[in-house]
Amino acid sequence: MNTESVLRSALVAGFIGLIELLCRTHVIPQSVLIPPSLMFTHLVALVSAGHYGNDILFSFTNILVAAFIAIISGFFIGLAVHSMPRFRSALEPLLASYYAVPTFIFYPVFIVVFGVGHGSIIAIAVLLAIVAMITATLTGLDRIPPVLRKSAAVMRMSRLETAWRVELPAALPYLFGGVKLAVAYSFIGVIASEFILSGAGIGYAIAFAYNNFESNNMYALMLLVLISVTLINAALNFFDRRLQARRQR
Amino acid sequence: MQRILPTFLLVVALIAAWQLLHLAIGAGALTSPWMTLTHLVSMMGTAELWANIGETAKAFAYAMSLALIGGIVLGVLLGVNRLAGAVAEPILLNLYAIPKVTLYPLVLLCFGLGLSSKVAFGVMHGLIPILLFTMNAIRQMRPVYLRTAGTLRLTPLQSLFHVLLPAILPEVVAGVRLGFALTLLGVLIGEMFASQRGLGYMAVNAMGLGDIPTIMAVALLLTLIAVTCNSLMLMLDKKLQHR
Repeated sequence: MNTESVLRSALVAGFIGLIELLCRTHVIPQSVLIPPSLMFTHLVALVSAGHYGNDILFSFTNILVAAFIAIISGFFIGLAVHSMPRFRSALEPLLASYYAVPTFIFYPVFIVVFGVGHGSIIAIAVLLAIVAMITATLTGLDRIPPVLRKSAAVMRMSRLETAWRVELPAALPYLFGGVKLAVAYSFIGVIASEFILSGAGIGYAIAFAYNNFESNNMYALMLLVLISVTLINAALNFFDRRLQARRQR
Repeated sequence: MQRILPTFLLVVALIAAWQLLHLAIGAGALTSPWMTLTHLVSMMGTAELWANIGETAKAFAYAMSLALIGGIVLGVLLGVNRLAGAVAEPILLNLYAIPKVTLYPLVLLCFGLGLSSKVAFGVMHGLIPILLFTMNAIRQMRPVYLRTAGTLRLTPLQSLFHVLLPAILPEVVAGVRLGFALTLLGVLIGEMFASQRGLGYMAVNAMGLGDIPTIMAVALLLTLIAVTCNSLMLMLDKKLQHR
């Protein structure tokens, strides 16, 4: 542990402690925010009692499927676009403006097309995540040093071998940056669409609890989202650091 | 002209694909490009649309200025103080990845229905990217700039306005471009849940009524505004990079 991580943990712990204190002393009324310790114990109780099991399963299935589709198809679209330079130069201005468009506005259209359920939620999450993966693939392929391809040619590697043994490992750190973004966007896309309109899922359960003044359930589920995002991020960052370290070696 | 021709052709192809999709799934699910445009133009004639645009613009203007000022000020502070920056960065990245919609009930309880919670929601989305870009710009700034400022015996305020801010301007513009898009998204999502006015409310209301032409017209309008603003900022970005 270095100083930074210690300070960071202290900062987070201090912040949680401060909220706990403010809640316990009723400076923040119970109707606004419940103490973090209560959120956590309630979350443990909910999960161990099996409440919301279906919602949690529904959301995580959606996130997993959406991230998977976005990463795989984004990678292959990126490969295809990279091999067509003229098409790419036409596409690039559109890619640069893509994230300026509030994608959620198209959610109603997907609902009409796919109905309420997995289809429309996954579609909007893929729409949100795929462009990050395409852009990352393009950057990764651009940044492969030419000398690597030349060495592969000198070693008389076949095209497929070059791609598998030289180009893919060289582009991997950039590709992984795309994977990280795609996972984060899938998460945001799924939870937010469930929040807007859905019949199941964590986002739906939070909205439902909110509308019915079940603030204990609501905060427990919010905490669940917070914890899952943090854990997923930490895991992805761990792999990312290992990849980056390998590149520098 | 030759550079934008391929992009123009691609946009035409996209509109053609939209038309084909419309023919495939029917007008009940997706209106055609021409129908959407005419519906938008007819909506332009009503006072209702302009009132909603005004509401969204007002909330967006507040949110954007708060995100901009807060992001740059905090970014400069965290960038100058290396330890504070290193401590805060992972926390900020994590906050950035959270689906902020889930925090909406909390925002609503703190700020109530209406303008202030829309603004808060916009700031929540837009502040962190601007902050991160500013912070990284200061960290990667060449140290010789600050040393020169020291040699010239500039006061901290002078070195801020004559050295620091001009040096980080290109990165800040890139951050603002991202922050702009996210703030707009935040304000719109805010309007979808806790407002009786604005374009987000209009879209969610149309969604409840199953009024696809209005949804598509609002979506088209927002896309046009967002892409135009983004392209203008991209141009500014390119100009600053080539300085």
